[in-house]
Amino acid sequence: MKHTLAVLVENRYGVLSRVAGLFARRGYNIDSLAVGITEDPTISRMTIVVRGDDLVLEQVTKQLNKLIDVIRVTDLGTEDTVERELVLIKVNADVKNRSEIMQIADIFRAKIIDVASKSMVIEITGDENKIKAIEQLLKPFGIKEMVRTGKIALRRGPKSI
Amino acid sequence: MTGRTEKMTGARAIIECLHREGVDTIFGYPGGQVLPIYDALYDSKIRHVLVRHEQSAAHAADGYARATGKVGVCLATSGPGATNLVTGIATAYMDSIPIVALTGQVPLSMIGNDAFQEANITGITMPITKHNYLIQDANDIPRIMKEAFHIASTGRPGPVLIDIPKDMTTEMIDFHYPETVKLRSYNPTYEGNIQQIKKAAEEIKRSSKPVIYAGGGVISANASGLLQAFAEKVQAPVTTTLTGMGTFPVGHPLFLGMLGMHGTKYANYAIQESDLIIAVGARFDDRVTGKIKSFATNAKIIHIDVDPAEISKNVHVDIPIVGNAKRVLEDLLKYVDKAPTDDWLEKIAHWKRSYPLYYVGGKENIKPQYIIEQIHDACKDAIIVTEVGQHQMWAAQYFRFSEPRTFISSGGLGTMGFGFPAAIGAKIAKPDRVVFDISGDGSFQMSSQELATVVQENIPVIIAIFNNGYLGMVRQWQELFFDKRYSYTCIRDSVDFVKLAEAYGALGLRVKQPSEVRPAIEQAIASGRPTLIDFWIECEENVSPMVPAGAAINEILDLERKA
Repeated sequence: MKHTLAVLVENRYGVLSRVAGLFARRGYNIDSLAVGITEDPTISRMTIVVRGDDLVLEQVTKQLNKLIDVIRVTDLGTEDTVERELVLIKVNADVKNRSEIMQIADIFRAKIIDVASKSMVIEITGDENKIKAIEQLLKPFGIKEMVRTGKIALRRGPKSI
Repeated sequence: MTGRTEKMTGARAIIECLHREGVDTIFGYPGGQVLPIYDALYDSKIRHVLVRHEQSAAHAADGYARATGKVGVCLATSGPGATNLVTGIATAYMDSIPIVALTGQVPLSMIGNDAFQEANITGITMPITKHNYLIQDANDIPRIMKEAFHIASTGRPGPVLIDIPKDMTTEMIDFHYPETVKLRSYNPTYEGNIQQIKKAAEEIKRSSKPVIYAGGGVISANASGLLQAFAEKVQAPVTTTLTGMGTFPVGHPLFLGMLGMHGTKYANYAIQESDLIIAVGARFDDRVTGKIKSFATNAKIIHIDVDPAEISKNVHVDIPIVGNAKRVLEDLLKYVDKAPTDDWLEKIAHWKRSYPLYYVGGKENIKPQYIIEQIHDACKDAIIVTEVGQHQMWAAQYFRFSEPRTFISSGGLGTMGFGFPAAIGAKIAKPDRVVFDISGDGSFQMSSQELATVVQENIPVIIAIFNNGYLGMVRQWQELFFDKRYSYTCIRDSVDFVKLAEAYGALGLRVKQPSEVRPAIEQAIASGRPTLIDFWIECEENVSPMVPAGAAINEILDLERKA
C-alpha cells in the first residue's frame, strides 16, 4: 500500500541525508521524495511516498518524528488532497508524426516546451494515472528520456497541515 | 557573567560551555585539529583523563554517565580520532546513555577535499547518534553546546556528537551562554496520558497473573524506588532486563531476576504464563523475547516508554503509555490496588524452589559463579562493570544487586572491550565506591592498553579476568550448535596477565585455587591500587540456563551438570 507523507523539516544542512538515511537503514521503501522550501524560509517540506502496511507506516512516522530536525509528519493518505507531479518527457518526433504527438499533448493539457528536428520535450503535470496514460501513448514514438519531480500534495480547503 | 557577553576564542567558548553544564571530567585524546581546544583545556579546572585509544574515551564517558545519570563527555581529534569513537558512540546509542562527543575537524574551507585526517564523522555517526552537529559558524558554539547537552539528557537519552572544524576554535566570538533551549521540533512527552493510565490501572486490578518487566529506562528515569513501591502495592512479581539489573533489589521476595536467553527459569516461566505484562522502560529486545510469536501469548501488554517509536515495534501493545517512567509510575500508583495475585505468587515461589539458578561447586577448579558470589560477599555495594560474554551473564545472574547504577554493561550492542574503560568512568564518577571490571581473557585484550591510563591517573579499578583460555560465549555456542568445532575461539596462553599488569605498574594477582579467590579479592580492595586479578576458571564452564536462539523463552535448558 502506498502512503503519502507530508514532512515539515528544519531547512538545514544535512536534513535530507538524515531522512534518506533513516529510510535506508530501517529498510523502508521510498517511491518518491520531493523536497523544497516553504512559505517560511526556515522550513522545508518533503513529500514522501512510501510503500508498506499500516504497521510500517506507523514505524516510519514515529522514527521520522524522532529526528530532531523533523518538525511534523502528516499522513495525507486519509485526507482529501490534491496531488500533482511534474514530468518532462523527451520523445522522438519528426515531420511525419509531430502533429500526432502535439494532439496527444493537447488532450492531456501537456505543454510542448522544446522542439527540435528529431525530438520534442513535453511537460505534463497530473496525478499518477494521467502520467501513466500519456507515457503509454508516447511509448510507440520512442521515449528518449523522462524525468519526474516526485509527487507533491496539499490538503483541500482552508486547513493546512 | 550570565547575560553579558565576553570576547573569547571558539576553543575557550567550548570549555566555558562545559563549565556551565557542570562538567567536571572529560575523557579524550589530543591531535592536530583539536590543538586549540587542548590549549584552552590546559588552563581549565576540568579534569581531562588521557586514555590510550579514543574508543575508550567514549566508553569511559558512557561509564561515567551510567554511574551518575549525568552527561558523559569525550573528546577526540578529526579523522581516525573521530572514527575510533564510533563503537563507543554506538554502544551508548543502543543503551540510551547520554554522552556528548566532541570531535575536531579540518578547517571549514578544506571539508570535502580529502584533507589529512579528514573523515565525515557527522555522516558516519548519523545512524548511531540521537543528533549531531557540524559547527559552521563559531558564534553558534554556545547554542549548539547547550542544545547538545539538552538533547543528550532529555526524553530518551542518547549520544550527541559535535564536529568542530579547527578554524571555528581559533575565531573570536562574543560569548553568551543561552539559559534555555528552543527547539520547536523536539518536545519529549513526560506525562503519561491519564486516560491510558486509568485504563492500565483497571487492567492491573483485574489481573491475577501480572508480571512487571523493567528495563534500563527505569534506571535512566531514576524511578527504581517508585517501581518497588508499585510492585509492592500491586503485589506483582518483577523481572528485569540485563540493563535493568539493579533497579530492583535481588533479595526482594517479588524479584524474579533477569529474563530472556540467560534469565532465570522462573522469570521466563512467569512471563510465558502471565495474563498481563507491565513493561516499563524496556524494548522487547530479541534476547528477551526469544521466538517472538510464542512470547507471552496469553498476556495483555501495558507498555510504559518515553519513546513512542518503541510502542508496538516488536510486539503488539494493548495499552501504550508514552511518558517518563517516574512520572507515569507516580500517576499509576494513585489508581492501582493490590491485584488478586496470591495464587500466582505461590506458584512462582514454587518455581523458584524447583528451578533455582545453580552451579555445582568445584573443589579444585574455580567456578566463575563462585567468584561473583565472593566479590559480592567481600563488597556488597561494589559497582560491577562488565565486558561482554559469559562472565557478563554470570555477573548478572549471581551478583546480588541492591541499587540502581551499580551494574554497568553493554546490553544492546554487546561491545567487548567496553568494561575496562567504562569502569574507569564509573570509578572517577564514584571514587568512594569499589569498582570491579568483570572481564574475560578475550574482552580484556580489546582494551588492555588502558592499564596505562589507570596507573598514570591512579584510578584504582579492579579488573577480574575470568580466564578460561577461550572466547567463551562463542565457544559455548560452538559446543552446543556446531558439534564442538572450536573454530578460532581458543586463545589459551595469549599473555601472562600478571606480568602485563606489572609492566604497566599495576598490581597483578593470579588465582588458581578456589581457596585463593577470596583473599585475592580482599587484597585487591585493600591495596587501593589499580589491580588485575587473573582468575583461572574452569575452562569449559557454560552459562546456564539458556534459551537456544529461535526458541520460546520457556524452552530453557539446563547446561550445568547436576551435583
